[in-house]
Amino acid sequence: MFTRNLTIICAMGALAGPALAQEGERTAAALPETLEETGERAPAAVPQSSAESVGDIAPADNAYGVGQPATEEEIAAIDIDVMPDGRGLLEGSGTYAEGEELYEAICAACHGSDMMGVSELGAPQLIGGRGTLASDNPVKTVESYWPYASTFFDYTHRAMPMTAPGSLTTDEVYAISAYVLGRAGITGSEPDAMLDAASMAEVEMPNSDGFVSDPRPDVGE
Amino acid sequence: MSDKERFPATRYGLAERHMAESLVEIERRTLEENKECECRDGMFNGLTRRGVLMGGVAIGSSALAGRRAMAEAPPGAIEYYVQPDPTKEQGRVILDDGGYGSRSQFENEVRWRYPTASLDSSWSMTPLASGQGMLTPSGLHFERHHAGIPAIDPRTHELILHGMVDQPLRFTIDDLKRLPAVSKIHFIECSGNGLTEWAKPTLKTVQGTHGLTSTSEWTGVRLSTLLEMAGVQDTAAWILAEGADAAVMTRSVPIDKAMDDAIVAYAQNGEALRPEQGYPLRLLLPGYEGNTHIKWLRRLDVSDRPFMTREETSKYTDLMPDGTARLFSLEMEAKSVITFPSGAMKLPRAGFYEVTGIAWSGRGNISKVEVSVDGGATWQEAALDGPVLPKCHTRFRLPWVWTGEEAVLQSRAVDETGYVQPTLEQLVEVRGLKSVYHLNAIQSWHVAPDGEVTNVHA
Repeated sequence: MFTRNLTIICAMGALAGPALAQEGERTAAALPETLEETGERAPAAVPQSSAESVGDIAPADNAYGVGQPATEEEIAAIDIDVMPDGRGLLEGSGTYAEGEELYEAICAACHGSDMMGVSELGAPQLIGGRGTLASDNPVKTVESYWPYASTFFDYTHRAMPMTAPGSLTTDEVYAISAYVLGRAGITGSEPDAMLDAASMAEVEMPNSDGFVSDPRPDVGE
Repeated sequence: MSDKERFPATRYGLAERHMAESLVEIERRTLEENKECECRDGMFNGLTRRGVLMGGVAIGSSALAGRRAMAEAPPGAIEYYVQPDPTKEQGRVILDDGGYGSRSQFENEVRWRYPTASLDSSWSMTPLASGQGMLTPSGLHFERHHAGIPAIDPRTHELILHGMVDQPLRFTIDDLKRLPAVSKIHFIECSGNGLTEWAKPTLKTVQGTHGLTSTSEWTGVRLSTLLEMAGVQDTAAWILAEGADAAVMTRSVPIDKAMDDAIVAYAQNGEALRPEQGYPLRLLLPGYEGNTHIKWLRRLDVSDRPFMTREETSKYTDLMPDGTARLFSLEMEAKSVITFPSGAMKLPRAGFYEVTGIAWSGRGNISKVEVSVDGGATWQEAALDGPVLPKCHTRFRLPWVWTGEEAVLQSRAVDETGYVQPTLEQLVEVRGLKSVYHLNAIQSWHVAPDGEVTNVHA
């Protein structure tokens, strides 16, 4: 319970407030300057294209001399998405045992060592619930509901943990994936059960066939 | 320095000089009064409106009193001195609020936060009951955040467009503002709007049952313009939009929608986007469920398949009775709700009331709204306020004389495709009670003989 409270406090501390951290540095716009003679407020500066050279301008052909090519490095720096077929998965690997250690240190405070979630933190249950989706009390978890393992990797990598989003290394995300999917009985639960880019793309989720495309309008004349 | 030198006639009109002099005088008296006080922590410590009035100086407005009382005024308002007779003294000076404006201190509508466990991932709802016309004030537009509201410096924010395009591109906000723009008025509705109302009437007000829809005018660049600049490859079918918040929110959008009417928006209601609406840049997908309108937009990745992100698989999917779930229910179907009279109001007595509300459809224009005052037994066609715009709130009105007897008020929207807003019974028959999202059923408000209006399933 102590660590749980600590997490709540840390989470609250992490909330962005007034710009205390940036004292001294201006982090807001100044009022528009006043013009000489009339004292009117100056209009905003005309937006300036970042293009180094305007090149050929032909608006009818979508050439405006605006913007610039994105380089491979610039794209790679923020291109973090992972697709169900494994496209986007980065080099690396992690084992169930490594994942267990990481999970206890980083994830358990919110999701529970038992992975049952902590409702007062808004942290969802991660495993269990198989076979409940058609019942009166469906339990939607990674194990019972999520159709693709890639989604678990992608989301954990981009947004977890809540107190330090995006801080996990690729190896750590593979390890945590191996542990959570292992505990869910989807991948192996031996200490050395390992996930990497190739094996992640092969993981078959229990509910992979559970989704249908939108058939609406299904009601209404 | 005399007041004449301090406030020269070249820069101060008569009334302004009078006010300025009054302020100086009040400050002097206040400082005099508080001379002995050791606990002073500010120039006007201890100054109250009462103090100002007792000072005996007639000033039309009191910036001092206003500042003092700001905490008591509703958000967005300043509590100004209220003149006993505004025809007998000058009003407050122009630009007293700094030049941005504020609402009346007598108006108090605010967004209401649904009590989720986490403050970071939560939503706030628009006070529809007091809404007028079809537009939502920017400060009352509903919010849904999954990881708080980032404060982003527009000078460093960029949008990268890449994937299955001939030339990946990078845009600054300035770049985008140099491109041909469009302004369009559209609603955004969270597909979770009404999620508490499937099984039984739960929340009491229209803000709680329907407050996750709002309408603004949005300005920005057509996404098709950017895609044409980059050159979309033939194999492209989907595009991933990604935000720069701590959730790094992502949704996949069909490329046809992106090429049709999607907007990369930097402005809302005539000014820059509000931070909670995605400043400095958001995606606008007219008629699509709110979650897809990615805020704080930083990246667009063109691909041949959907990315199957967390929000489009584990969330925002509709679980059916047989245990399967529907993916990509993107268009918000026609819906309407009576906003007046509505839940938790009390009609003071029998008499004339104009029944009014809003209707909208993600598939185009609203073509008709009907109102029933007898729980759906009979219907009358309501008048629609123009202009009726596609994928936009439409205000409807119907005169009603309440006799003081029990009544059940309902509205039913029809859109240009001929789709008729269903009853809850019809929806539940097909979708069951576990689908959470996309509830667009007819809403019922019960009016009791004592005038109490309550949320009911009828």
